[in-house]
Amino acid sequence: MRFGVVQFPGTCDDRDAVLACERVDGAEAVLLWHGERSLDGIDAVVVPGGFSYGDYLRVGAIARFSPMMESVIAFASAGGSVLGICNGFQVLCEAGLLPGALLPNVGLRFVCRQVAVEVVNADTRFTRACAPGQVLSIPVKHTTGRYYAPEVELESMQAHGQIVLRYAPDGNPNGSSNDIAGVMNAGQNVMGLMPHPEHAVDELTGSVDGLTLFASMALGAPARA
Amino acid sequence: MPDATLPTVEDAVALGLTGEEYAEVVAKLGRPPGQVELAMFSLMWSEHCAYKHSKKLLRTLPTEGAAVFMGPGENAGAVRVSGGLVCAFKVESHNHPSAVEPFQGAATGVGGILRDIFALGARPVAILDSLRFGEPDSSRTRYLLDRAVAGIGHYGNSIGVPTIGGELYFEGPYETNCLVNAMALGLAEPGRMIKSAAVGVGNALVLFGASTGRDGIGGASVLASAEFGSDDADKRPSVQVGDPFAEKKLLECSLELLERGLLASLQDLGAAGLTSAASEMASKGEVGLEIDVDAVPLREADMEPFETMVSESQERMLCVCEPSRVAEVLSVCEKWEVHGTAIGTVIPERVMRILQGGSTVGEMPVEALVDECPLYDLAPSKPVGPLYPAPPAVLSGDAGLRATLLALLGSPNLASRLPLFEQYDCIVQSRTVRRPGQADAAVLQLPDGSALAASIDCNGRRVACDPYVGTVEAALECAANLACVGAEPLGATNNLNFGNPERPEVAWQLTEAVRGLGDACRALDAPIVGGNVSLYNETRPPVDGPSSPASEGGPIYPTPVVGMVGALPSAAGAGRLGFLRAGDAIALAGWNVTPSLEGSELAKLRGDELPDGLPGYDLAHEVRALGVLREAVRAGALSSAHDIAEGGLLVAIAECCLAGGLGADMHAIPADVELLMVFGERKGGFVLSGSLAALAALDVPLDVFGTVGGDALRVGVEGREAVSWTLDELAHAHAALGPLFA
Repeated sequence: MRFGVVQFPGTCDDRDAVLACERVDGAEAVLLWHGERSLDGIDAVVVPGGFSYGDYLRVGAIARFSPMMESVIAFASAGGSVLGICNGFQVLCEAGLLPGALLPNVGLRFVCRQVAVEVVNADTRFTRACAPGQVLSIPVKHTTGRYYAPEVELESMQAHGQIVLRYAPDGNPNGSSNDIAGVMNAGQNVMGLMPHPEHAVDELTGSVDGLTLFASMALGAPARA
Repeated sequence: MPDATLPTVEDAVALGLTGEEYAEVVAKLGRPPGQVELAMFSLMWSEHCAYKHSKKLLRTLPTEGAAVFMGPGENAGAVRVSGGLVCAFKVESHNHPSAVEPFQGAATGVGGILRDIFALGARPVAILDSLRFGEPDSSRTRYLLDRAVAGIGHYGNSIGVPTIGGELYFEGPYETNCLVNAMALGLAEPGRMIKSAAVGVGNALVLFGASTGRDGIGGASVLASAEFGSDDADKRPSVQVGDPFAEKKLLECSLELLERGLLASLQDLGAAGLTSAASEMASKGEVGLEIDVDAVPLREADMEPFETMVSESQERMLCVCEPSRVAEVLSVCEKWEVHGTAIGTVIPERVMRILQGGSTVGEMPVEALVDECPLYDLAPSKPVGPLYPAPPAVLSGDAGLRATLLALLGSPNLASRLPLFEQYDCIVQSRTVRRPGQADAAVLQLPDGSALAASIDCNGRRVACDPYVGTVEAALECAANLACVGAEPLGATNNLNFGNPERPEVAWQLTEAVRGLGDACRALDAPIVGGNVSLYNETRPPVDGPSSPASEGGPIYPTPVVGMVGALPSAAGAGRLGFLRAGDAIALAGWNVTPSLEGSELAKLRGDELPDGLPGYDLAHEVRALGVLREAVRAGALSSAHDIAEGGLLVAIAECCLAGGLGADMHAIPADVELLMVFGERKGGFVLSGSLAALAALDVPLDVFGTVGGDALRVGVEGREAVSWTLDELAHAHAALGPLFA
């Protein structure tokens, strides 16, 4: 299994994502530079967190136009697995790979906090190593993480199993619609989430619950390392 | 010289030099300085750059130790850590800019200290902040706090460096002169590290990063080296504007340049901009530099040469490389979308020569500019009466145990800092083993399984009571925090925040504080490898608004902030502060003397006058107790360890309860010393929990006096009914700062 982790100027959690991917048995990870186009033979893409291009415009709005994102969009269109974390989630929404948008938190402040996240759909390539209803302890850290989609869209997503993760009751840190923490596209090969699973892969730093997402992505993929 | 009209002594005074200093400049040049020269001298001879009132004192501090890799003099100090790595660290202040424009002032304070770290070739891995404001019932304080916290978060979060700790105090004397000190830590392989000394005559000087604008012109002399007047709003253009995205690119670019071995020297641009950066490089390298201001990329085309030389535009670096490597240096800059330009050359004559196109607009001996600023002797004199008014009373002197604990837990200086810390990313870079609130010190794991710990501390009110003892306490507090996670000090950094040193009473505070700092750091074997001095921090009477204790003006509380870095052999064994297991015994360890209410938080709430002097310490005893505790934590013998600080013993126990989500049942205390015993303050005491056998085995004064468990804190008092508080009740009181950020 070979993960590719996209690196924009302003990406902060790129090395963390590489470390997390490499904790999965038989997996390796490479960085994918925003200005390049080659996906370097990877099996899955992670678009990590940070502040791509400073996020001085609407978050993720510039990153989606980078050469590497063109390749990622093509990869996703061909059915490849793409996981967007935090800023990566915002970029994937901007790129039209995921429904909905991320708005400023209701508190209008950056919030860094360990939260409980419930696996709503464990029958996905991103969560198949989880048990349905399993509650994961994963940190969030963002200013713009309030998931929004029109009511009709939310109903359709609900009906098609596209809502993958929810914040536990009373634990919604940002005011997301329906406590949504992570969603998939209709094709079920692209997922975005605001919590940072790459920061929940080591008992010493707080939790290993995030590792199941990377492990899920690796299930069934060729072993490489 | 092309200057048709030379600046006068009046111009020099307007730029912050004294008449005598101007005469000295004339003598050194052998002629009156031109405009560029005067601008450069006024900055390099400012308090901020020349440390002219503090340099002699700073020479008395201990700077050498077994772990020291790089002592004072470079952009930051550095110590050797486990696994062949080096940890660079330093604290720096951005007080006056933050008082004028708190968001940008605090943000650029963080940006500046991070540049100091990566200028050495170290990747910044952590930030800690030390903040001081007036009381939160003032709307100005709430504004400054809110915006400073937002600015710190904006910069640190966006650049991907975790903010892992810090401290915050609210006291009247900081009302109009808040303090924003930021400390950063970086990690490097020693082979990749670089110095700032310009080397190699004929080598190229390359400026890279942001373009140069009119922002921050005169920041060092105008803001950092003079008292505030009533025209602070007019000084807003002197505050720089930060761009963390630009710095993120600058950071990655700098580290890649070093990784490729392209640089001969590297320096960041901070206060006094190109002037300070370039002349310091020339001074350290014992060479000269020729700089063409026309080559400097400008934001505004019509900038004067002196403006280019003194601009404090942020996110810029200066490097020296061999001429044959300029092209490769510029191509790395291009990769990171950073603007790089060759602007000068290393020359053999020891002068700073400033060119504009073909003509020379300034030429000064490097020594005169950098090393020959007149130094001043302080004229310390202990004040005859109290310097500071008593704080306003907010708690009645006859409040009982129950009400007093809740009042203390909810008081601004003791309430939970979580509402601030949640606004900072504390986990990016995947090293954070102990987050804010989980232990007394922050803990970062290293690749070999060992860990670094860091703490920053100073209680300015205690220093105001006794500058010597209060400063000893600041260093002891840091060391205690490190010991509670199992760490031993490797080195320290300090930021001396004081009032106007030309006042004899401030000079006395400064002298006594430095003496205390030196004594404590020598005893703790924590050499001071770098730091900063911020003088002229004076509170002024508000122009309008209600009268407050600070309304008469005067110096801030003397605030010698101490930052300390330590090491522990195993990240997995790092201590924690919260109670962990019901049934564990609780002990008070370390104290062999009774604490005192004088100068305590309770005394502040009661509105007591500050005492003149605090009881001193037997440093050998303290160091021994710290060693015993550290070894016990490392051996995994304890469930929790927390040092007793502001608020005293019972506040410390309540904090252990809240952090662990477990109650505690305390044995009876004698009714006649009740408040003194539980709320008195003195360093050197610890609340520990663990098995009775493990506690009893500790070779320190020890008093086992309670048991962990339940969902309430209960304290027995001899001859009376026990007093108890539910955890919810304690948590509610402790959450008092939340509404400030609602």
